[in-house]
Amino acid sequence: MRTFFSKNSLTVIIFVLIMALLSACGSNNANNAGQENTDSQEPAASENGHEQNQETKEFVILATTTSTQDSGLLDVLVPMYEEQTGYRVKTIAVGTGKALAMGEQGEADVLLVHAPASEKVLVDNGDVINRQLVMHNDFVVVGPADDPAGIQSEKKASDAFAKIASAGQIFVSRGDDSGTHKKELSIWKQTGQEPSGQWYQESGQGMGQTLRIASEKGGYTLTDRATYLALQDEIDLKILVEGEASLLNIYHVMQVNPEKSDKINADAAEKFVSFMLAEETQAVIAEFGVDQYGQPLFFADGGKTEEAFAQ
Amino acid sequence: MEMILQGIVQAFVMIFSGDPEIYEITWLTLKVSGTATIISLVVGVPLGMFLAWARFPGRKIYISIVNTTMGFPPVVVGLWVFLFLARSGPLGDFELLFTPAAIVIAQSIIATPIITGLTSAAIMQVDERMRLQIRSLGATKYQTLFLVIREARYSLLAAVIAGFGAAISEIGASMMVGGNIKGYTRVLTTATVMETSKGNTEVAIGISIILLTLAYLVTLGLTLLQQREVKN
Repeated sequence: MRTFFSKNSLTVIIFVLIMALLSACGSNNANNAGQENTDSQEPAASENGHEQNQETKEFVILATTTSTQDSGLLDVLVPMYEEQTGYRVKTIAVGTGKALAMGEQGEADVLLVHAPASEKVLVDNGDVINRQLVMHNDFVVVGPADDPAGIQSEKKASDAFAKIASAGQIFVSRGDDSGTHKKELSIWKQTGQEPSGQWYQESGQGMGQTLRIASEKGGYTLTDRATYLALQDEIDLKILVEGEASLLNIYHVMQVNPEKSDKINADAAEKFVSFMLAEETQAVIAEFGVDQYGQPLFFADGGKTEEAFAQ
Repeated sequence: MEMILQGIVQAFVMIFSGDPEIYEITWLTLKVSGTATIISLVVGVPLGMFLAWARFPGRKIYISIVNTTMGFPPVVVGLWVFLFLARSGPLGDFELLFTPAAIVIAQSIIATPIITGLTSAAIMQVDERMRLQIRSLGATKYQTLFLVIREARYSLLAAVIAGFGAAISEIGASMMVGGNIKGYTRVLTTATVMETSKGNTEVAIGISIILLTLAYLVTLGLTLLQQREVKN
């Protein structure tokens, strides 16, 4: 057997490789001693750690929309919050529909979303508490520069949509139950017609991808201004309709009701809500994007109520 | 074309400028997919050998099930792992959702059938008569096992390569159960999708080149190992 082993270096090498990988994982665990639950050895660890978790939860799960992540705003705000509170934020950027569902099921601790009508349902059901207005930006209708449907003269988004439909020009919808999608559907409702047909295409993807698809197909779409500005150099789309009051895109922050589950980090969620409304944070939001785009991506609205926008 | 060139330049800038975030993401990717591959090996190799050798009723059905699950769509795995690990799910108490461990679990589920299926195919290829001969020469059960594995080692390495490849290239499950959390569960594939939708196409191209290079280097290492043995 001796000679067998010396010949078969392969087995030994594989063994060494596995050990190396395992020890690499192990050593990293040691490095991350401060962070809990980092690695594959976790199941056992978190079983023990479960009781501790009840008292000192380290993480807070923020379910939010892709627009806050894709615009880069959260990359600025999250580290500020983490430094101020010591909590670590797990940002899950999904469509607003999914974010709200996570709140409803108690899978998230705090939400930052932009679909006021759907949010109110959660408030009424007691799924979320402490809902506060944080900021707004606006939606714009974008399309190819030559504007084949001739919507540029329109003041109202619904009139523009009606024209696109009757011209049979391609309109790319998010189709993903996001805040933007909900907004788009409410505009179609105003036109009194169901969008359907070859010209109406649903991407089922985030805003960035949807803008790219619209650009490639020479179609129209509804987008939030922040994502459009971030992508404008890479796509052939122009802002055609903007400025209507109903195109405002209003973001609220809210806590998931801690009574839903004892796993909810209520303290961190409450602190996140007050953090978003703090003067310092609001100033950062108001300044965000000015250096890069020459205009802010979001308007800080801490302390205002939705009624202020109705007028 | 200009954008593609910029992306390639960006890849080298990211690699050589020592951007800590890129290193962190790359290291996490390697660690997560490497761990998943090892778990899949530990489960898949014995299971594959069992399927190759054992004779029991319904064996062919089990083999066909394993062969079907070799092509498991990662998003389906992601969805089920999500449902199980969610706070309201059956394993919610472990609080594993949106952790690197969740990605390891999902990738292990994706890679295990591949390694199992390829292992059983590799072992079945070893001539039955050889096994009988080894036994008749007086080898113990474990010595026989060892010799047969040795005989099938090239195919087994191919199984490792395929399993690792499936784990590292998968995105649907990583996104769903990992959540693409910055500095925590962001891996190369989820970072590529995010940077693309952010409009940072050059960065996305750069990351994808790093991913390809990483996958290539690991596979190259395993292939060299395989071929060195062939020469011997």
